Amino acid sequence: MAKIGVFICHCGENIGGRVDCSKIAEALGEHPGVSVSVEYKYFCSDPGQESVKKAIRENNLTGIVVAACSPRMHEATFRKACAEAGLNPYLCEIANIREQCSWVHSDKDMATEKAIDITRSMVEKVKLNNNLHPIEVPVTRRAMVIGGGIAGIQAALDIANAGQEVVLVEKEPSLGGHMAQLSETFPTLDCSQCIMTPRMVEAAQHPNITLLTYSEVEKVEGYIGNFRVRVKKKSRFVDMQKCTGCGDCYTKCPVKKIPGEFDCGLGKRTAIFTPFAQSVPNNPIIDKEHCIYFKNGKCQLCVKACKFDAIDFSFQDEYLDLEIGAIVVATGFQVQDTALYGEYGYGKYPDVITGLQFERLASASGPTAGKILRPSDQKEPQHIVFIQCAGSRDSSKGVRYCSKICCMYTAKHAMLYTHKVHGGKTSIFYMDIRAGGKGYDEFTRRAIEEDEASYLRGRVSKVWQENGKLMVRGVDTLLGRPVEVEADMVVLATAMVPQPGAKEFAKTIGIGYDEYGFYNEAHLKLRPVESSTAGIFLAGACQSPKDIPDSVAQASASASKVLALFSKDRLEREPVIASCNEATCAGCWGCVLACPYNAIEKKDILDRSGKVIKQVASVNPGLCQGCGTCVTFCRSNSIDLAGFTEKQIFAEVMGL
Amino acid sequence: MSEQFEPKIVAFVCTYCTYAGADLAGTSRLKYAPNVRMVRLPCTGRISPMFILKALQKGADGILISGCHPGDCHFTHGNYHARRRWMVFRSLLEFIGIPADRVKYSWISAAEGVKFAELINTITEEIRALGPFTQYHGLIEETQSQASL
Repeated sequence: MAKIGVFICHCGENIGGRVDCSKIAEALGEHPGVSVSVEYKYFCSDPGQESVKKAIRENNLTGIVVAACSPRMHEATFRKACAEAGLNPYLCEIANIREQCSWVHSDKDMATEKAIDITRSMVEKVKLNNNLHPIEVPVTRRAMVIGGGIAGIQAALDIANAGQEVVLVEKEPSLGGHMAQLSETFPTLDCSQCIMTPRMVEAAQHPNITLLTYSEVEKVEGYIGNFRVRVKKKSRFVDMQKCTGCGDCYTKCPVKKIPGEFDCGLGKRTAIFTPFAQSVPNNPIIDKEHCIYFKNGKCQLCVKACKFDAIDFSFQDEYLDLEIGAIVVATGFQVQDTALYGEYGYGKYPDVITGLQFERLASASGPTAGKILRPSDQKEPQHIVFIQCAGSRDSSKGVRYCSKICCMYTAKHAMLYTHKVHGGKTSIFYMDIRAGGKGYDEFTRRAIEEDEASYLRGRVSKVWQENGKLMVRGVDTLLGRPVEVEADMVVLATAMVPQPGAKEFAKTIGIGYDEYGFYNEAHLKLRPVESSTAGIFLAGACQSPKDIPDSVAQASASASKVLALFSKDRLEREPVIASCNEATCAGCWGCVLACPYNAIEKKDILDRSGKVIKQVASVNPGLCQGCGTCVTFCRSNSIDLAGFTEKQIFAEVMGL
Repeated sequence: MSEQFEPKIVAFVCTYCTYAGADLAGTSRLKYAPNVRMVRLPCTGRISPMFILKALQKGADGILISGCHPGDCHFTHGNYHARRRWMVFRSLLEFIGIPADRVKYSWISAAEGVKFAELINTITEEIRALGPFTQYHGLIEETQSQASL
């Protein structure tokens, strides 16, 4: 028989002043199954909690209801008190008679009546509460970092330096991501490759890091602490054990005029190639699409050139199945396709380029060895027009959000150009200068004051060619008049958008994304580096446009989350999860459709001879988050949710 | 003057949005009608149509179902299941003779304390205008037991 204790808290005057606590105590005292019904000024205080514990012990209570503030305030407090008194903490329920009663009603009689109803219904519920125990799941202490840009490298190094194993997966042939493409970085103007390449090497040589380049994650199964990840290692056609990265193969390759991806099409590469000189690893790959051998079975000049017998056209893609405890997603961004701004002439005029192409021109390792030269005639431009927000903050054609880095890199481009081309003029069309960040505003002021960048506040409507010059027509809203500027080169500050296939990839690994395809954090403010799936964390621009310091900060934050997870052998989780009665489950799989977490699996029921006699639903306690959607779907009432069972809720309703 | 009819309304709410919104109404000391009784659930996806029927059977005059706004579900899409289920259940309600306007459906976020208070006042008046819900009262006397032991 139930022996329930009811503890009515006055919360000083907060409850006691607005509802008649004695009347509640009296009414509940007469309720069947209630052994103790008492009131006190502050049950959350030390003496209050002690009195609850004493009452539990002395009366052998089978459950308690604390009629007090919201469970969001003190449920944990009273559960802990229960546990200390030897009662399972999940035999404690809170009747919220403060936030949802005494504070919001002015009629004392009606409020008291409501408080009695609320408390009684919780008493009816708690009678059916069961002992629950936190779920423990083992943890595989191996992290996977997906994406080898600055965010991924930072996360991998942080985890590896803490002594944990990391598998770093990069889909391109080399680590580096976008940061390796940049020339100098704002606001310090230090060389991007100078700070990036040592980190790439460090990651590749770290004893705790397994590097998988030119590889993609194909499938993620399992749950926090226990993921199974399938990685496709695409064939390079070069044996990385034998290859020394000498480069004899690509100097001999006869296909030499393929626009290089790393140089954003401004430079040329061969069919067997390394993306850039400092690639990590420094082994080439063969581009099947352009290689003559793969077209007609001839050539093989690279095979002949290779002294180490490292090239083999018969290599196939490999698949690796890995046991992983936590995943950091750092898949980065791409630059928006500028073709949608036909009026700016991108693609039509070779001297209209994107900001990322300008980075390659300004980079010492770029196609022009750091000289700013026009792609059309390799001449030095005397006047460059920069167009900011060429895609960002434009709900009609581009994206609605601010890409965050463009104001800064445009100022940087203007500076770099004037440092390289003395006497060169820059005009920048902008909407606002958004320079929030350490040293950022000072940096843009320097571009204006020292490097004489001419900022024109307004949008550009058209770019066209006239007498060998690019004409830029826009508006200067501060002067309130249209302007036309003659330029030798136009640089578009294109928007940062999610990677192609970002949404599909999110579905593959089971995380949420927003309308654009950026990955959703569990809580924008309080859990900014966790995805909505336990054990999967986010770092860098895959979550939203970010600059390098922000990406690094988020990557380190993700790494610390991973390390916290790895600090224990086993994970403890709230036991509010679903479970299935295998005897009654009919195997209709309505629950499988309903579950947002893919937590319900099909389980074979075998007879003695090992023959499958039926399949039933089985809830994976590691994946289940306890929403209960499956329970409502279940046609045979086989699934129930601990803590919110059908019986408990019916009892609660009947108690009202 | 006869005493005003005070309807009893049972609200099935999710703990992440509407329950938190109701708490916010409390911490903001907003005043609203004392006619509503909340049943806290993890997610609106957990709300079975049977809960609603049970509450009506027990003597509720009106029902409120409320959870996170579409797209905001803590459990990513429990509220979509709830919404779809409600669309189907509403036509069933009419079929079994329960006026669908006794069952209200609304989205209230954890930040919408004011909206919560206003909603409770509105639906209390609406249900009051509909009068007591007596169709099941014969039934309840047969099935109603004292509280379980």
